[in-house]
Amino acid sequence: MDVLFAPFQYEFFRNGAIAAVLVGGLCAMIGVYIVLRGMSFIGHGLSHAVFGGAVVAFILQFNFYVGAVSWGFVAALLINQTVRKTTISADAAIGVVTTASFALGVALISRYRRFSQSFDAALFGNVLGVTPTDIAVIVFVTLAATFMLFFFYKQLLFTTFNSEVAQVYGIPTFWIETWFALILAGVIIAAVQIMGVTMIGAALVVPPITIRLLTDSFHRLIIYSTILGAVTGLIGMYLSFYVDVSSGASIVLLQSALFCVTLVYVSRVRSRSRLVPTPVYGPT
Amino acid sequence: MQPLIELTGVNFGYGAFNVLEDIDLHLHPGQFVGLVGPSGAGKTSLLKLVLDLLTPGEGRIERVRSNLRVTYVPQIETVDWSFPVTAEEVVLMGLDHRQNIWPWPRRSERERARAILDQLEIGQLAERHIRDLSGGQQQRVFLARALVAEPEILVLDEPTTGVDVRSAENIFHWLTHLNQDGMTILLTTHDLNMAAAHVPWVVCLNRRIMAQGPPQEIFTESILEDAYKGEFIVIRQNDMIFVQQKPHPHGLSEVLPDPVEGGLPNHDSREKSAKPDPALKES
Repeated sequence: MDVLFAPFQYEFFRNGAIAAVLVGGLCAMIGVYIVLRGMSFIGHGLSHAVFGGAVVAFILQFNFYVGAVSWGFVAALLINQTVRKTTISADAAIGVVTTASFALGVALISRYRRFSQSFDAALFGNVLGVTPTDIAVIVFVTLAATFMLFFFYKQLLFTTFNSEVAQVYGIPTFWIETWFALILAGVIIAAVQIMGVTMIGAALVVPPITIRLLTDSFHRLIIYSTILGAVTGLIGMYLSFYVDVSSGASIVLLQSALFCVTLVYVSRVRSRSRLVPTPVYGPT
Repeated sequence: MQPLIELTGVNFGYGAFNVLEDIDLHLHPGQFVGLVGPSGAGKTSLLKLVLDLLTPGEGRIERVRSNLRVTYVPQIETVDWSFPVTAEEVVLMGLDHRQNIWPWPRRSERERARAILDQLEIGQLAERHIRDLSGGQQQRVFLARALVAEPEILVLDEPTTGVDVRSAENIFHWLTHLNQDGMTILLTTHDLNMAAAHVPWVVCLNRRIMAQGPPQEIFTESILEDAYKGEFIVIRQNDMIFVQQKPHPHGLSEVLPDPVEGGLPNHDSREKSAKPDPALKES
């Protein structure tokens, strides 16, 4: 039991554990929509895009959160609108918008080398740096995202399933997608300190695709992905503490290992069930 | 009677390429209209203009009211079949979400969805994932989603694509029933015989409206050949119309390569080279 409770004597671990549980759950919950929209790469891309925004905010002496969230929001909107209004595919739009933004960040860092050290934490995640302000931001974003996903659950479900048809049925798809882009930018900013820019993409995608292997139900996918994200966030923190690796990497490695185990399990179950004849339901 | 939707002098294109030219179309209450025409004729674009999903380059599209209830059954190929939803969840998407802010459906909403699924004879499949249904059943699920919204106009894009003849006949049968109950219907179809048998008003389209009227007037060799740029045979017997495109004038021997080395083997050479499978012999 000492192994479980000993790390909690350190304030940095307490802060980090709270942040990791919230961020893990939050990323997994939002990630369900991202995966189902076929935009798995957007988390990875946007996390890079906000890195550019954070650097610009630093240089212009803006508040980090305001600068990075605004930048991420604009990047997400640009990607959405490019996909909606042109024949450019989602992966290409994500590639162009986010890489350009990241490149801007890298260019500015190489120009103003004096602060490059502090951005290592942003790139790879650093639990030591989680402050009460970071936790307050994470709690705020978690509440905002949960509120949106709860009260706009059906609209977001229909928009994710088929945005064009949802519009015909009176769903304000433009506003739903705009709100979602804002929440996504917020989630990425909230997750940066724990996961790091390079790991957020996986934290968004891996829990939903793991649970997707086990269920065909949308609401179960949301609930179980969120639980998986939160639990792996906490266990990942322990791994980070005891093995002395970065928090983002340990959480993502744990999630990836669970994905592999689930994949093997599901493949074996399916190969057995192939021997059973498929039932026929009702008239065709 | 005032049309529910009126298109006047509508032109539409993607970039420099004009897909639709000078479209005049009136959709009156209680009408059942079928859009026919070759692939690339602009049928889906015309539907999307009616649905307000596209904006015309020129011309006017007027609706009788801004809050006209229109529902849409898209082409079955556009659906993501791996999406984790059941048949019932798809139908529930059609309800007006402003009336229930909670994420879960009310009991009355579920009962309404079930009643429509039962009406379309797929009530027992409500809990099934949409991927696990046959083509005809899938099409009925999306029809049920459109009907649960109690539309004034029902718009369907190729509702019989990917379904067998019996299911296609059933779908047109239900649509005829709905139309007889007063619902206005606009659909596109490639199935000219189904349209001839079930649709009372046919619009023949190929970038512009070539002709419109009852099937007896539209399904003629000259109109079809003009629209499809091919030769057609139209047979009329009693009140029925059968449409068939004439086969390609060339024989197969003129299309396929000669059975030379490297080419396709002909029937004789396949027979000669066929050897019994030793595994089969052993079993």
